[in-house]
Amino acid sequence: MKPFNRREFIKSVGLLGAFSSLGYSIQSLASSVQANVVIVGGGFGGATCANYLHKYNPNINVTLIEQNANFVTCPFSNTVIGGFNNLDFITHGYSALNKKSSIKVVQDRVTSIDPDNKFVKTLAGKKIPYDRLVISPGISFIWDAIEGYNETLSDKLPHAWRPGKQTQLLRQQLVDMKNGGTVIIAPPGNPFRCPPGPYERASLMAEYLKKHKPKSKILILDAKDKFSKQPLFQNAWDELYPDMIEWTPGSQGGNVIRVDAKKMTVSTEDDTYKGDVINIIPPQRAGDIAAKANLVNDKGWCPVDQKTFASKMQQHIYVIGDACIAGKMPKSGYAANSQAKVCAMQLIADLDGRPTFEPSWINTCYSLIAEDYGISVAMVYRYSDKGIVGVKGAGGVSPPEADNKLRKQEAEYAKGWYQSITKDMFS
Amino acid sequence: MKKHHYVIALILFIILLFFATKVFSSTNSQSLILASPCAGCHGPEGNSPGAIPALNGKSPLFISMMMKAYKNDKRQSSVMNRIAKGYSDEEIDLIAKAFK
Repeated sequence: MKPFNRREFIKSVGLLGAFSSLGYSIQSLASSVQANVVIVGGGFGGATCANYLHKYNPNINVTLIEQNANFVTCPFSNTVIGGFNNLDFITHGYSALNKKSSIKVVQDRVTSIDPDNKFVKTLAGKKIPYDRLVISPGISFIWDAIEGYNETLSDKLPHAWRPGKQTQLLRQQLVDMKNGGTVIIAPPGNPFRCPPGPYERASLMAEYLKKHKPKSKILILDAKDKFSKQPLFQNAWDELYPDMIEWTPGSQGGNVIRVDAKKMTVSTEDDTYKGDVINIIPPQRAGDIAAKANLVNDKGWCPVDQKTFASKMQQHIYVIGDACIAGKMPKSGYAANSQAKVCAMQLIADLDGRPTFEPSWINTCYSLIAEDYGISVAMVYRYSDKGIVGVKGAGGVSPPEADNKLRKQEAEYAKGWYQSITKDMFS
Repeated sequence: MKKHHYVIALILFIILLFFATKVFSSTNSQSLILASPCAGCHGPEGNSPGAIPALNGKSPLFISMMMKAYKNDKRQSSVMNRIAKGYSDEEIDLIAKAFK
């Protein structure tokens, strides 16, 4: 080997110096590995994952497969039911994502996955190969859990837990209801998408009814004995909507076992209730494609390595969002967004053959009790030998004793959160 | 003989660079992984479009001071007191660096 002379030495150092400074901008991961990643589902998990794979390494070709032309968010869908936002406000398109150099958004539905040969098949008959696959399919409903209820009946007794038409239907039923009518909301047992959602829904329905149909009632017939942010919700109901919302826990006859769609009745073990509007929120499991691809356990959810979101059932497949079992993290849009970023980094480390990163997550969830009255829960999460756990001493809910100023600020922040997270996903 | 010195110096430099890269790289990625969930409320790269304060353009020192003030309850906010308590002071400094 020819020894270096002084000039060559300086040149080499200069070159190395230049090279080593590449990729140290904060939004890039200093990875240049090339690969094909397919993402199934363009919601809080999938859209975020596509966007962050692009930010972290634009050499990775990302194909985002989503069956709908637009994404309608579950968060803020209760404001549509309450009547102070329309469906457009919660509807988002994929055009900005599709314009990014490394992202291709395909409107199609994945019908099967071949994990051995690493490709997915779609309804349109396409066969799309991948090096790594990310599944973010959200939830499916267990339709036969309540006697007398089925998918077709959701046109009459809407769940409105996958938003869009169902959201509009429930809104319309509320508008058409007589003053003095009864709304029944039947939330499922744990785990389910958006734990505070049914109670926010009751609140915003009550806000509408108090103004327009003040003799009406809302009965929550719950499968559970406690729920997210419960004291904050119940104190606010007493304050804002006295005697309008009645909550019955599962152990005191709240658990709905039967519905009669013709008679518009709902039965628990103890009693039968007549409703003018009936909102059945069925129990849930991971989105259909997860079960088809053998990614689920016997309860219908996807076990993953909680440090990386790599499936425990199939190789080279990651599962994020509501569908996965993510330790102590709730099934929320914020959680899916946070998981998607960790998944993107771990997936790149995997492709690079690098060790995994030490992950960290946040979940923040605002709920509205009225248009100008908000509450929140927040937590920072870390990975431990028990999976994903909350950090001791951190997190928690809004203070129980707070002035209206804080409640109003949290309502404004709820909207601010919505604007920020949808921008994080779709721009 | 002089040429050998260059070779040795170059090898030492490469070794140094390798470790420096390792350190920088892991610090950088830790900063990234800790700060990335902030965007959920503060917007991508801290560009908040709504009511929540933006973080882009704020100095790392400012962000670090504010987060430590929330952590020690010297300042009150809606969720930031509860979130800041989830991080060590060193981690807060790493988060703050991400928004340069």
